[in-house]
Amino acid sequence: MSSTVNDNRLHGDPGIERTDPHAEHGAHRIAISETPLQRDRAVTIYEKSKPGRRAFVAPALDVDAQPLDELLPARMRRTEPPRLPEIAEPEIVRHYNRLSKRNFDLDTGFYPLGSCTMKHNPKLHERIAALPGNARLHPLQSPERAQGALQLMHELQVALGEVAGLPHVSLQPSAGSHGELAGVLLTRAYHEDRGEHRTKVLTPDTAHGTNPATVTMAGYEVVKVGTNADGGVDVDDLRAKADDQVACLMLTNPNTLGLFDQNIEEIASIVHGEGATLYYDGANLNAVMGVSRPGDMGFDIVHYNLHKSFTQPHGGGGPGAGPIAVSDRIEPYLPRPQVVKATDGTFALDHDRPKSIGRLRGFQGNYGVFVRSYAYILSLGGDGLREASETAVLNANYLLARLKEQGVADYLPIAYDRLCMHEFVLSGAPMKRELGLKTLDLAKRLLDFGFHPPTVYFPLLVDEALLVEPTETETKETLDAFADTIAQILREGAEDPEIARNAPYTTPVRRLDEAGAAKRPVLRQPL
Amino acid sequence: MSRYTSATDADRREMLDAIGVETIDDLFADIPASLRLDRPLDIAPGKPEQEVYGYLRDLASRNVSAEDEVTFLGAGMYDHYVPAIVDSITSRSEFLTPYTPYQPEISQGGLQVMFEYQTAMSELTGLPISNASVYEGPSAVAAAGYLARIHNKRSRFLVSKGLHPHALETIRTNAHGFGVTVEELPLTDGVTDLDALAAAIGDDVSAVFLAQPNFLGAVEDLEALTASAQSTGALVVVAADPLTLGVLRAPGDFGVDVCVGEGQTLGNRLDFGGPSFGFFAVQEALMRKLPGRIAGETVDVEGRRGFVLTLQTREQHIRREKATSNICTAQALNALAGVIYLSWLGRAGIVELGELMLQRTAYARRELAALDGVELLHEQPVVREFALKLDAPVDRVIERCAADGVNPGFALEEDGLLVAITEQRSRADIDRLVRTLGAAVAAERTGVPA
Repeated sequence: MSSTVNDNRLHGDPGIERTDPHAEHGAHRIAISETPLQRDRAVTIYEKSKPGRRAFVAPALDVDAQPLDELLPARMRRTEPPRLPEIAEPEIVRHYNRLSKRNFDLDTGFYPLGSCTMKHNPKLHERIAALPGNARLHPLQSPERAQGALQLMHELQVALGEVAGLPHVSLQPSAGSHGELAGVLLTRAYHEDRGEHRTKVLTPDTAHGTNPATVTMAGYEVVKVGTNADGGVDVDDLRAKADDQVACLMLTNPNTLGLFDQNIEEIASIVHGEGATLYYDGANLNAVMGVSRPGDMGFDIVHYNLHKSFTQPHGGGGPGAGPIAVSDRIEPYLPRPQVVKATDGTFALDHDRPKSIGRLRGFQGNYGVFVRSYAYILSLGGDGLREASETAVLNANYLLARLKEQGVADYLPIAYDRLCMHEFVLSGAPMKRELGLKTLDLAKRLLDFGFHPPTVYFPLLVDEALLVEPTETETKETLDAFADTIAQILREGAEDPEIARNAPYTTPVRRLDEAGAAKRPVLRQPL
Repeated sequence: MSRYTSATDADRREMLDAIGVETIDDLFADIPASLRLDRPLDIAPGKPEQEVYGYLRDLASRNVSAEDEVTFLGAGMYDHYVPAIVDSITSRSEFLTPYTPYQPEISQGGLQVMFEYQTAMSELTGLPISNASVYEGPSAVAAAGYLARIHNKRSRFLVSKGLHPHALETIRTNAHGFGVTVEELPLTDGVTDLDALAAAIGDDVSAVFLAQPNFLGAVEDLEALTASAQSTGALVVVAADPLTLGVLRAPGDFGVDVCVGEGQTLGNRLDFGGPSFGFFAVQEALMRKLPGRIAGETVDVEGRRGFVLTLQTREQHIRREKATSNICTAQALNALAGVIYLSWLGRAGIVELGELMLQRTAYARRELAALDGVELLHEQPVVREFALKLDAPVDRVIERCAADGVNPGFALEEDGLLVAITEQRSRADIDRLVRTLGAAVAAERTGVPA
């Protein structure tokens, strides 16, 4: 039997065919591209260091030198220089360029990582963010001399408010989870201002982990709400748990199952009936831009992930930004400062907000992210944002249909058989039962085919879950290729599950001992 | 106008047929009609790339950046030189466009960068354990507060007035949520008042927060402050400026428990305040309470060295409401800039740069303090930044200087001025500042119209 893997898509190197000596099972001929570069033993930059080498040349000392002891008492001074690398520029460049080739990235291949909205990052945005008027603008420059930046932030606030259907926007939070913290603290301030002291926050059992973690950080107790047979909030359970001690319900809509909760108006009315706020986790906003607005659904507070719906490149785990939008009744408590527009058309930072929850971070937020996201909004316009969401939903439903058509559904059924929004959840439980392949095995085998796997083992209430989000920037051909590959891996698994169980074969390293890493942590290079 | 999508009309038809619906609208059938937006978004139609560039370039040109004036503005972010290799490497798609490394086999580049970064931050701070970065400085200080709270469950924070005001305010915002009271420790002659600390410390104090150097540029006596703070078991959290740690003794050497701070000075641009990164390093005992991502070394099934995200049982996606933090997205790309910068600077360079800052800052401080109407706000040792007191309205002095192309620094209350001297400011720049500021103060004092 021959199992041919073409991983040219992964690293762009010509494949070489050989017998994989590591496959415990038989003689599978596996074409892999095992270049020395990718399979070299990992060597850190500290191990390339040699005393006396350097890249930095200091500017000349152009003032009269004083004895160091007079400038800084010896007891405050460092005695031994920190053991940073000693290395010249050519080798620094080579080191990091070689490391970069050991990464998979969105610019190279399909990245259907559910809930993360891995859409194309337009290159124009990098050029604009790098303009000196942006990149070298000091955050404490006087507002009169930072009018362009403040105008950009104000225009972004207005546009984001329009997308959410909520009028007041703060750009300050640094990421989605930071926006969540802002939202729950806003809720606390709102209730305290009314003399109420509430103790609980409701989150669905499908929620992102950041929701319950945020609730605890903001000093509330988490109360879980169940999911009904259609994948939405169990409204009876919600009614039973909503009382005057509940401060807030945190929801994602469409939720983490990729389903729009049709009962949202009833949910909002139950929550508001108890005097609580309704919080919108915007991780899934990419499904509904220009189609439906959280504010119109009854949400009081919304966060956006600018690194998801609004194309900030994820940077291998940040930066992002998590602005929030709120309704009139929450507005007095927004973080300070706020970017405001004066009647004469100039822009300013308003610090005079007596009921504000205060600051969540330094300065005005991740401005460099705002530049990129605003460039995106200008490029697409209102119609383009709607088209992006429509295409995201089209792509997700098409991929789902293609998977069903290939018989994949026998092994990977959709968790809730409805039209999905921008993402969908499959369960790997039958695959595990019938083929002995776990979701993890499927994910690892996908790596050999040059695809980033979907999000795995989330949401938690679906057994062996795979959360698939193709985004609008992928072509039909890519979706077809992905569906074909899943089907191929399942066929291969039916013949010989050992192949997937031992995958991947073509990556810079193979399966890693994660348990060992946590048990005996090595978190830095010994020097 | 969505030029980043590829679906042609024919594709769309074929895809809808495969799905088994007539129109795109049918896909949104789950959304009740009452919740469908029945009008286009009130956002202008999309523009061609060159028009978007032109519009945003014009906005950017209305900002006065560090490129346009001789600036001595610091107060938390600093105009240090960012070497070209930082731009070159961080703009590579392989670093710029992946998500958090959930699949380690295809993320070894990013994970090794985190490991190297953690090593550098551990070296600089003198603490054994660093995470892979958090959002930025002030929120890192607040996150250290949450760590202290879950570590010892005590009810009071003592926060030096020497912390950056934004950090102080961020701690207050967060501590109000998790129920810890915040008390400020005053500064005396520019540094944290040791007697005030000794008077306020008690076994209900969860953590004491200090800054090194502090907001007024002064180097704190961490040895005495740490000893006093730890006398009743409080954690000591130091917010440090990492670029000064080539010349300043590492906070870990004084036995502090946590060292956090703003990483912008390490190879990150100003960007009007972000994105940059926050760093977070701790003593071994606090390792399993760290917030955020951590990379660890391990081996693959063939014994090959590799790296993974580790100690994940601390994190929100595993522990949910019991997590040590809600952080998910960190600042991986900015931390990469940091570790490239530190490799470029190197072991000798970080000391040379620190000593250059010490010398030029001392020169500037001497020359400025010699001006009429200008005196030092404190005489403590400083590295890169120092505080002056003007005998003139500081805002108007700054305006006058700005009109002459010099940004003299950050206005403090009571006509104080905070002046930062990075390696980008030569002696000639400093001499220009002395002339310009001297003239501006003199003009204000004699009532010369601006």
